Amino acid sequence: MNLTLYVWRQKNAQDKGRMEKYDAKNITSHMSFLEMLDVVNEDLIHQNIEPIAFDHDCREGICGTCSLMINGIPHGPQRATTVCQLHMRYFKDGDTIYIEPWRSRAFPIVRDLIVDRSAFDRIMQAGGFISVNTGGVPDANSIPISKKDADTAMDAAACIGCGACVAACPNASAMLFIAAKVSHFASLPQGQIERKERVKKMIAHMDKEGFGNCTNYYECEAACPKEISVKFIAKMNREYFKASLTGR
Amino acid sequence: MKFDAQIPSGPLAEKWDKHRFEMKLVNPSNKRKYKIIIVGTGLAGASAAASFAELGYNVSVFCYQDSPRRAHSIAAQGGINAAKNYQNDGDSIFRLFYDTIKGGDFRSREANVYRLAQVSNNIIDQCVAQGVPFAREYGGTLANRSFGGAQVSRTFYARGQTGQQLLLSAYSALLRQIASGKVKMYPRSEMLDLVVVNDRARGIVVRNLINGKISSHAADAVVLATGGYGNVFYLSTNAKGCNVTAAYRAYKKGAAFANPCYTQIHPTCIPVTGEYQSKLTLMSESLRNDGRIWVPKKKGDTRPPNEIPEDERDYFLERKYPSFGNLAPRDISSRSAKEVCDAGYGVGHYKGKGVYLDLSDAIKRLGVEVIKDRYGNLFDMYERITGDNPYEVPMRIYPASHYTMGGLWVDYNLMSTIPGLFVIGEANFSDHGANRLGASALMQGLADGYFIIPYTIGNYLARSGNSDINADHSEFKASEKTVEEQTKKLLSINGKKTADSFHREFGHIIWEYCGMSRNEAGLKKALEEIPALREEFWNNVKIVGSGSELNQALERAGRVADFLEFGEIMCYDALNRKESCGAHFREEYQTEEGEAKRDDKHYSYVSAWEFNGVGKEPILHKEPLVFENVKLSTRSYK
Amino acid sequence: MNTSELDQITSIPTPVNVSVASVSKKVLMAVTGAILLSFISVHLLGNLQIFIGQGQLNNYAETLQSLKGLKWTVRIVTIIAVIIHIWTGVLLWFENKKARPISYYKHDTIQASLSSRTMIYTGLLIFFFVIYHLLQFTLIVTNPQYANLRDALGRHDVYSMVILGFSNYFISGAYIIAVLMLAFHISHAISSFFQTLGWNNDKVLPKLKLLANIVAILFFIGYASIPVSVLLHIVKLPVGGY
Repeated sequence: MNLTLYVWRQKNAQDKGRMEKYDAKNITSHMSFLEMLDVVNEDLIHQNIEPIAFDHDCREGICGTCSLMINGIPHGPQRATTVCQLHMRYFKDGDTIYIEPWRSRAFPIVRDLIVDRSAFDRIMQAGGFISVNTGGVPDANSIPISKKDADTAMDAAACIGCGACVAACPNASAMLFIAAKVSHFASLPQGQIERKERVKKMIAHMDKEGFGNCTNYYECEAACPKEISVKFIAKMNREYFKASLTGR
Repeated sequence: MKFDAQIPSGPLAEKWDKHRFEMKLVNPSNKRKYKIIIVGTGLAGASAAASFAELGYNVSVFCYQDSPRRAHSIAAQGGINAAKNYQNDGDSIFRLFYDTIKGGDFRSREANVYRLAQVSNNIIDQCVAQGVPFAREYGGTLANRSFGGAQVSRTFYARGQTGQQLLLSAYSALLRQIASGKVKMYPRSEMLDLVVVNDRARGIVVRNLINGKISSHAADAVVLATGGYGNVFYLSTNAKGCNVTAAYRAYKKGAAFANPCYTQIHPTCIPVTGEYQSKLTLMSESLRNDGRIWVPKKKGDTRPPNEIPEDERDYFLERKYPSFGNLAPRDISSRSAKEVCDAGYGVGHYKGKGVYLDLSDAIKRLGVEVIKDRYGNLFDMYERITGDNPYEVPMRIYPASHYTMGGLWVDYNLMSTIPGLFVIGEANFSDHGANRLGASALMQGLADGYFIIPYTIGNYLARSGNSDINADHSEFKASEKTVEEQTKKLLSINGKKTADSFHREFGHIIWEYCGMSRNEAGLKKALEEIPALREEFWNNVKIVGSGSELNQALERAGRVADFLEFGEIMCYDALNRKESCGAHFREEYQTEEGEAKRDDKHYSYVSAWEFNGVGKEPILHKEPLVFENVKLSTRSYK
Repeated sequence: MNTSELDQITSIPTPVNVSVASVSKKVLMAVTGAILLSFISVHLLGNLQIFIGQGQLNNYAETLQSLKGLKWTVRIVTIIAVIIHIWTGVLLWFENKKARPISYYKHDTIQASLSSRTMIYTGLLIFFFVIYHLLQFTLIVTNPQYANLRDALGRHDVYSMVILGFSNYFISGAYIIAVLMLAFHISHAISSFFQTLGWNNDKVLPKLKLLANIVAILFFIGYASIPVSVLLHIVKLPVGGY
């Protein structure tokens, strides 16, 4: 099939950037979306045009590196799928596809479709850990954890940190990302000691980074390739009030 | 070159304790005076970085990804082994040790593997304390499963995302240290050279991938945790960015490369669909528990699988290995699949490179619901990628490069042949011998990072003392110059072919001649074709853009350039090893039934290769393997 | 990003202290919204007494007027709630716009409801309508003659005032549109309230959404029934005029 692409091109953080039109020719339905871009890039190189820069790594839906806004939806039209696992059979011959980077004040553009998501790392640094040093920990089975709690923790911990929640949110809010981490630790006995401090610090840092506020659109949940539920945002809110009302 | 593995004397079970006691310690108040560089933030790198910082060292960490959380350890699905014996099924440290040695086809060091089994238990404790949501029983204790044909249940898992959860816990431990100021993190930075001064590793030269700036970083010790070289085949289950550059440049600076020909090919991956294919996706081997593998009996049969009657199907694994059938080990299953496809019986869209993995009997026997419960996620993933519904149509699978047992040679202290250069995780060669067992890679990465190198690096630093060498030293300047010149040269060629297309072509050569099965003629052919391709690369590669900006094509070209040199050592190693062992199958050395024939008398050694100039045969050093605690046996899966 | 840049992000030029955490701002919205919702619930129950008759409604109105302490407490609490609700809402809206300085060329919605996406607009429309509504019926500025309406017992004839007011198609139409906006606003507000306060999980959420829709529809029917009944002459001026 042949497609028309409108792709955001921006040389660096300072450049203004613009949408450029490209033709994607001889695309087969078995290709992944990123393979389609690979083909387009090979074509561009042969035409002496700088290839489109886009983030990607594992190409199996788990590293969270790939990050494209496709026709206005993070990771494209297929639910619960990262763009690296999205395949071209979801498109048809003659389609026009708009490809843009994640847009958020907290995710400045590095080049073309690549954004800087280090804000997520900094939020994690603020408290997204359990403070244990290597060694000197109890036997793994010394604290039983109910299957239910372990499952809840795992549901939340499935987050791949791709930032689709921020990209999808009309407010560019990062609540789902923080909520997932806070809920993961709050569901486990090991996370209890720093429970109150953690949620307060992570939210305080999230606000500092310039993300928007949550107004309960739930677009984040719909765009999340790992289908993290917004119930975790409710849980985080709960954690936050408990911490604010009773915490140190 | 001196090869002393530094294995402590004494009984196997006491070696590590004894060694730890004999090691020199760095005074706690002096630790902050030492600086350590770590390259790579996978399980090994992140856990080592966090542990060093906790001890008080100053740490700088580099990774090419945008965040340390994205290293490819994250993609491991199955689980992590430990000799906890929580299931009361007869597991023990010795059993895990024995299984690992035997699984590696007796081509690894006893002492290293025993230590790995010993610390495996600490890893699980550590990860639980960090909040890894491992699967649990209803009573609240940890759940286990048996994995990869092990006869005990010793694998801990977090759904199908064990690697992700373990990496994120190591990552959060690392971030905690970044927040405390003990670790300086450099994401989107690629190591392009190792700097050696007075025969000691003193630092690295890196390229900032955003603005192209080349910078030098000096330290008292350098730790490489840069993963494997599976992308030498171009197509593999590795991430696109995985590369051999850091390890290879260290090799060029004098670190020996051990057993490069030991590469693991995983049998159950989704097949290639076309030339544009960029990577291969692994599906859990557990599918083979209920699936039957077959090809049509007729060559080039194009009928849809459901229209091929039972008696026209060849269930080749069941036919050849009646007792193990579809559960035959990874290397055997992979090789058999390749054989039938090479003979023209393969199926699928692309050059008949695929065999059917058919669960329809299991669906009939157990019902759709049971199958959905067991494999629902995998079926969904398969459908997402191929567009076929595995509940109705048999899946297609084909083997793919998955893990590399070979790596930079290290001694018992995980130090390479260059003093001060340590290598951990998949990047070293140490623990898996000629073949790695399932759920052992995660174990080894974390063992190295959390529980081995924090001790051994202290010993090195205490003995070697502080360094007064900084990044202004002439060796650093010389390295920077080399790196800059290479970039300049790559950009100046302005030929006709992209780096990717060279990589693809090169991958075909390696896959064909140094893949699942090798023979002398093929390897010699590869050794002729590789230099020719390399020469073409340096005359005809085309890169658009400059070196002073984010330029992914340039990054790729640099990595391909290194693969093009590295591929040769792989072939030399495979050529030298005139036996079949583990994942290394030499067609000339097989039993009458077509089984691997090991030659313990002549090849019970580690091959460590020393750089001898580009395009020249490297120098082989042999580290003999001594087995005092296990009896060498032969695998049989008939 | 350096610290001074971070400071710029949070220092939005408003009198409200922006160091209030994002989550706390949402709570302010939720709690003040809940106060306003209880106010309009009581207000609706009062208004619906029009269907019982002139005596009942006028009596209710007079009783309310006579309870001065209660009246002013409710008024003050409501006014404060309105101010905080609108102020925080507008502040959030500005902050959220700032969080995405460059918008997408193409942005699609996957599951966000129309009501959730239009809260700021429905909210502001309701606010402007409420001002008019107060001018019309409470302060009686738009039609000063209503102030002198008296029933047979000499009480202020709220009943007739409402009927006279709603006999005008434009006024009724505007009122119906306003309560439609209100219903729309509420349909997102109620489930949002529970989510924000953390009284929510994935099992309850669909039920809360349903409940919110039912309550919103009930409010709409309740409020809209009055002008509709007036226009359809179901509720009529008392025989013999006023």
